[in-house]
Amino acid sequence: MSKNTGMQVVVTSIKKVADAVKCFRFVPVDGSDAVLPRFSGGSHVVVTMKGRDAAGNTVTYRNPYSLMSSPDDSSCFEISVLRTEASRGGSHFMHDQVKEGDILTISNPVNLFPISAGGRKHIFIAGGIGITPFMAMMDALAARHGKFELHYGFRSRTHGAYWRELEERYGRNRVMTYCQAEGQMIDFDNLLEHQPLGTHLYVCGPAPMIEAVKKKAREAGWPDENVHSEEFLAPPSGKPFIVKLKKSQRDVMVGEHQSILEALEAANVDANFLCRGGACGQCETVVCSADGEIEHNDHYLSKDERESGKKIMICVSRLNGREIVLDL
Amino acid sequence: MLVSGIKSRPEYTGLHIDPHARRHLVALEGEGALALLEKAETKDPGFLSRLEILHVKGGSNHAAALRALNADYWEAPTISTMLTRLGVILSTAHMGLRLYAAGTEGFIGQVMKVGTDAGINFLSIRTEHRGSLARRVSCVHCKGITENVTTNPATCSHCGLTLLVRDHYSRRIAAFQGVCIDAEVPGEVPPVEEAFR
Repeated sequence: MSKNTGMQVVVTSIKKVADAVKCFRFVPVDGSDAVLPRFSGGSHVVVTMKGRDAAGNTVTYRNPYSLMSSPDDSSCFEISVLRTEASRGGSHFMHDQVKEGDILTISNPVNLFPISAGGRKHIFIAGGIGITPFMAMMDALAARHGKFELHYGFRSRTHGAYWRELEERYGRNRVMTYCQAEGQMIDFDNLLEHQPLGTHLYVCGPAPMIEAVKKKAREAGWPDENVHSEEFLAPPSGKPFIVKLKKSQRDVMVGEHQSILEALEAANVDANFLCRGGACGQCETVVCSADGEIEHNDHYLSKDERESGKKIMICVSRLNGREIVLDL
Repeated sequence: MLVSGIKSRPEYTGLHIDPHARRHLVALEGEGALALLEKAETKDPGFLSRLEILHVKGGSNHAAALRALNADYWEAPTISTMLTRLGVILSTAHMGLRLYAAGTEGFIGQVMKVGTDAGINFLSIRTEHRGSLARRVSCVHCKGITENVTTNPATCSHCGLTLLVRDHYSRRIAAFQGVCIDAEVPGEVPPVEEAFR
């Protein structure tokens, strides 16, 4: 049962903030005195989009986007969307279809990337569009005089969003930018070497960057508990296969560019989900049998759980084979 | 008598060495010394050269063996002296330091408290329980702490109530919870058993 179906919001402004990045502002549908739920820095919402695929069929996309507006401002939510070239449709829909005044359905905010409450100092490492959760987190920390610094890398000065305003707001001693086109790189060895005990590190950006930072931190003797990351995955495409639902006695076909979860929803099967990006663990489903190899694409299941072949995260993982039987 | 399955009951998974730590700070009490001595048998210079030992003898004496490791060694006369020193060390320490503790539960709990107060996540402190199972108990009624509790029920050394010693543990005060066992019918107390030897 999907508990977090959410609310309707009006898009009140759409701004281009960098190359291929647009900022969307949402306010509640019902009246000017209505307020949105409070959230904590690092939260995301899942935006439901009804678009059309190449063949002209209606497709529903649900993508998670980090909230970047101030957690103290319950009059609006802001998200930023990068128009990805390899988009399955979601980011193109947001960029090309959504207009000011449109009504969208979003989920309640969920936080899988919170500020570590006991932390003495917080270091944020952002790559490209990975800046968005940190904007809300820095806002929250600044309000309570928390100690933080941001190291923000982007491809070029026009690709990087918000760096100028962040520098202005928090100062260049707290906001360090690294422009790839100008040959600037984050010096991780130096950065990790001299941090006071109780420092926490947060990384958001492309997968190779997250992996590299985690490895560097581990090699510098940082406990895993002090290193946090978030990466939402788009469900990868693959060959079509059949999902058999044991309890409801149904067969559902999963298309090339569909996730199992999306195929179930298209067939009106109500499956559990939260982040839809392989991070939260809510859609964990028991596998009864599989004729083929499960392609685990999530960040959630442990190595042992993957190898057991008994569990699958249906939001991003799929089958390379003919048929999978799920306990649904 | 104990309610089982209480999640706050600490687990001590062993003094696993983090090979990447820049600084290994090890707090040892009594038989806890053996946990380190076993790990140090490999004589890995990379580990020993970055090792600092804080030691309280407790009921046993492994001081000579610990000194023979030729690591940075300091012997504390009492646990509270060690905790003070540990707090001072941690106040100026950097990331890359790994804290370890081995000994009785009460000792480990107090080291962990100093560690978490200094900003270390409790899950990243490597611990190994050695020696007595005696518990540090906090009376939920008067808040007094009674050390080295081996029986259940036990008497609060502060207010004198007879306490059921629970598995319910507080990391904040580094003690198990003791709750009055005869509140309904004063004096109706089950036989005292030696539960935590």
